[in-house]
Amino acid sequence: MTGQVVIRLENVHKTYDLGEQKVHALRGVSLEMRTGEFVAVMGASGSGKSTLMNILGCLDRPTKGHYFLDGTDVSQLTKTELAKIRNQKLGFVFQQFNLLARTSALENVELPTVYAGIPPEEREKRAREALERVGLAERAGHYPSQLSGGQQQRVAIARALVNRPSILLADEPTGNLDSRTSVEIMDILQRLNEGQGLTVVLVTHEHDIAQYAKRALVFRDGKLRSDDGITDRWEAREVLKTLPTLEEEEEEETEAT
Amino acid sequence: MDFWNTMRLALRALARNKMRSSLTMLGIIIGVGAVIATVSIGEGAEFLVQQGIQSMGTNAVFIGAGSNRPGGMRMGFGSVKTLTLDDMQAILREVPLIREAAPVVMNRGQVVYGNQNWSTGITGTTPNYFEIRNWPVQAGSVFSQDEVDSAANVAILGTTVARYLFGTEDPVGKQIRVKDLPFRVIGVLESKGQSVMGDDQDDRIFAPFSTVQRKISGITWLQFINASAISPEASLAAVPQIMALLRERHRIRPGDEEDFFVRTQSEVADLANQTQRVMTLLLGSIASVSLIVGGIGIMNIMLVSVTERTREIGVRMAVGATERDVQSQFLVEAVTLSMVGGVAGIFAGLILSALISNFLQWPTLISAKAIVIAAVFSIAVGVFFGFYPARKAAQLDPIEALRYE
Repeated sequence: MTGQVVIRLENVHKTYDLGEQKVHALRGVSLEMRTGEFVAVMGASGSGKSTLMNILGCLDRPTKGHYFLDGTDVSQLTKTELAKIRNQKLGFVFQQFNLLARTSALENVELPTVYAGIPPEEREKRAREALERVGLAERAGHYPSQLSGGQQQRVAIARALVNRPSILLADEPTGNLDSRTSVEIMDILQRLNEGQGLTVVLVTHEHDIAQYAKRALVFRDGKLRSDDGITDRWEAREVLKTLPTLEEEEEEETEAT
Repeated sequence: MDFWNTMRLALRALARNKMRSSLTMLGIIIGVGAVIATVSIGEGAEFLVQQGIQSMGTNAVFIGAGSNRPGGMRMGFGSVKTLTLDDMQAILREVPLIREAAPVVMNRGQVVYGNQNWSTGITGTTPNYFEIRNWPVQAGSVFSQDEVDSAANVAILGTTVARYLFGTEDPVGKQIRVKDLPFRVIGVLESKGQSVMGDDQDDRIFAPFSTVQRKISGITWLQFINASAISPEASLAAVPQIMALLRERHRIRPGDEEDFFVRTQSEVADLANQTQRVMTLLLGSIASVSLIVGGIGIMNIMLVSVTERTREIGVRMAVGATERDVQSQFLVEAVTLSMVGGVAGIFAGLILSALISNFLQWPTLISAKAIVIAAVFSIAVGVFFGFYPARKAAQLDPIEALRYE
């Protein structure tokens, strides 16, 4: 199942200089992730998991140490080069969905392809494909305000997939969703991971959610405390069968149509 | 990201806040409109001056008592008594480029008819003055050479004077009092309007110069000689000849300043044009201040917009927008605001100019130059005032921006 190394961190430090005092958010983290892995990053707030996510997502650079993504050392790249890497190799899913308001689902999904310089017809084709993969093809023309939370997050996942990245970074993707919808989102992530070999890195503080991953990294005080395979892994598909369907979402869906 | 995408994005962002966008544009619209309107008024004024020159005749040469300095006239002719009728006759005799000449003496005084009175200018001259100035009478007639020779108490009225003293009554043949002397009105001139220097040429009465000289002013000299050359070129060529002649006659030693001045119509026109241009420039620069104020409005609204859309900027950066992408997005938005405002402002300016021409009876000339300058300037304002907010947006930290509430 697991292939070559896509992410390698070597003794990564991150220090924030807040004038008088220095905050050590990461104190020497080394780890590897391979293609096709599904890694849950866990830890309390202040443990350094968000900082790790920002570095993995090329939104921030380590103060010390090296980060190899697909074999390239990205720790010393310029902002413009990092932007290109985010565009080409990474897909982001956020807790707040972060869709552009008053912009259709399709156009939201197209956004990364616009910055990739893909011609318009190709852009739309790819965006429709991505929406299809998250089961929202028929909602392409809807605005975020016309979609339920779960649907919005699925649009966000489609947006993360549209440039065919090697890694999907999900930062508390279920934090704003009810439990059934959360499982639905995990189902999509599991399918993408298993069906298409997409590497998924999931930040969460909920053990229930981490159970859907294959490997769990636990952080405390800026250090990696444990790195274990998930035993007794949950299959979102199976869990969904045990959950009652929520009337509410059905209603919303009919309303939106 | 290519230009069309950026453009489309900008238009959409602006369309999202229609009220705000149009209010922001209003600043630019007013600025550009004001520039166009003032410049067209200024150019209209220049046109008036040109017309004035034509009405005066481009052959005209003025000889005045008093001194002349390069760049300006010294109008202190009251004390200079050396310009005489003999000088005029000498010019006519010895400068063949000059075809005709009329002596001019001026005074001011109260003119009374019945219970109406009016303080106006009194010009003494000869009948050919009206030919030189191409200024016919609309009623009655011009005084004759005999009346000049006999210093008769006859007067010709400018239309302004006629209107104030007589209203609708026919002035010809009526008795008026000029500085307590009885005069008979023998004619009313056609209206001549404003002179190039801006004074009302119709607010004036004319009498034989001998009458004004002896009976009103009590002098023996002249203040002006209005001459006419045989052609516009000749008017310029005649100047040095007249200068030489009068210097000799007035016994002015080489190097000394003259006690007279000689000007051609085109010189006067140049002076007037220059004055007019300064006025246009002044008005134009006042108007462009409002354009700058409009630019500040754009900067203000763009800063608000950057703050409001911090999260959007964060998302765009996370999915691969570079600093340049973000910067050009906001810069194009600012320029679009100023450009659309500029185009609307050009139309507003055209409409304003048309209204001014219509209601104030002031000719306005729309110059392509003014339109091009206003358009370029408004785009420049957008770039200048859009740069800072765009820079600010581009330099946002994506992590902070994504977390912004």
